[in-house]
Amino acid sequence: MIEFQLDTASGVATYLQLVQQVHQALQLGILEPGDQLPTAQQVVAKLAINPNTVLKAYRDLEREGLVRPRPGQGTFIVGTLPRSDPAAQERFLSSMTTWLRSARAAGLGPDDIEAIYRTAVRNLFTEGVA
Amino acid sequence: MTAVIETSGLGKRYGRKWGLRDCTETIPEGRVVGLVGPNGAGKTTLLHLAVGLLAPSAGSITVLGGHPGDGPAQLAKVGFVAQDTPTYAGLSVAKHLRMGAYLNKNWDRQLAESRIDQLDVDPRQKAGSLSGGQRAQLALTLAVARRPELLILDEPVASLDPLARREFLQSLMEIVAKDGVSVVLSSHLVADLERVCDYLVILIASHVQLSGEVSELLASHWRLSGPRRDPASLPSDQEVVEESHTDKQSTFLVRTEKPILDPGWNVKPVTLDDLVLAYLSNPRRTGRARKPGLGVVR
Repeated sequence: MIEFQLDTASGVATYLQLVQQVHQALQLGILEPGDQLPTAQQVVAKLAINPNTVLKAYRDLEREGLVRPRPGQGTFIVGTLPRSDPAAQERFLSSMTTWLRSARAAGLGPDDIEAIYRTAVRNLFTEGVA
Repeated sequence: MTAVIETSGLGKRYGRKWGLRDCTETIPEGRVVGLVGPNGAGKTTLLHLAVGLLAPSAGSITVLGGHPGDGPAQLAKVGFVAQDTPTYAGLSVAKHLRMGAYLNKNWDRQLAESRIDQLDVDPRQKAGSLSGGQRAQLALTLAVARRPELLILDEPVASLDPLARREFLQSLMEIVAKDGVSVVLSSHLVADLERVCDYLVILIASHVQLSGEVSELLASHWRLSGPRRDPASLPSDQEVVEESHTDKQSTFLVRTEKPILDPGWNVKPVTLDDLVLAYLSNPRRTGRARKPGLGVVR
């Protein structure tokens, strides 16, 4: 069983924080198929959040094929997430570094770069524009 | 979708002043609804109309399909915790529960006793000697042991310290998770509501300014900042809630259902706190509430 934490200052939606914590626990091998997630009632009793928020997070995880509810018993892990591939991380870090060098050469500072990064992430993930 | 509370042109006048005016709202079932607004905005008036402590001066209100306060069946469906979570100071905790059992047909004795057990108070203790947090929990116990379909709470945590506040909201959310009861609670502090509410109604100066699902409200409001610009030059789908300008820069809080494509803006999402404060400091003069856009797929 894992215990959820909330970071109220992060600005990340509460249900998303729960989803991300399950993802992380799967990537780190803390959660494995067959493990049970805390019930909505247990989560709200600890975090004082709306039960619908927990259910929404669990529905999202179910849609991703990571968990499945068993009626009367609770929600259980059924899927796995690949542990992040260190070689892939290495590769993206090096291509990012190349990109950052050329951005700096073009006169952009850390703030400009961060703004570009945020815009790109927002465009990609919130609007579904690849 | 069934409505727990439905109002149409609802208004309440105190002498020459309106405490609430032109309120047309449909509050869906199974939500935890936050009613926010400054003191004197009409929150208590609206809640008292919903439980039948007040009668409308104009318009109509339906609660769970019936008229508020209309007979024992209607009264049994709604649990109410009034402002400052009142209890009888001279009565012991046990006597409060006995009174609850005596006055209510559907009284859930087991629920009441197990909740008091969890509180770790001596049932012989008089309510007047309880701490604020314990007293609030006792008032909540009396309301939920009646097994209502709708729980209405007027500023339940306003006078509690942060720990008691957290514990009270934890209890409340546990009840929601267990029984699926609908909840309407008022507060002038957004921080109290942010975690627990999934539906928000903002009431200012007797008028509903905004209402809707919290997730939809957050997804449709953005803070834009960039070079100084006339609000009239914004696309027509962007409604300006708040604006401020310097000689070179403009900042807007806008509401739109569409993506913001203008690359000149630095676009940031807003928190519920930002959103509520923007509406509180820029109330609209008309009585028409701003509704979330139509056609939202659920």
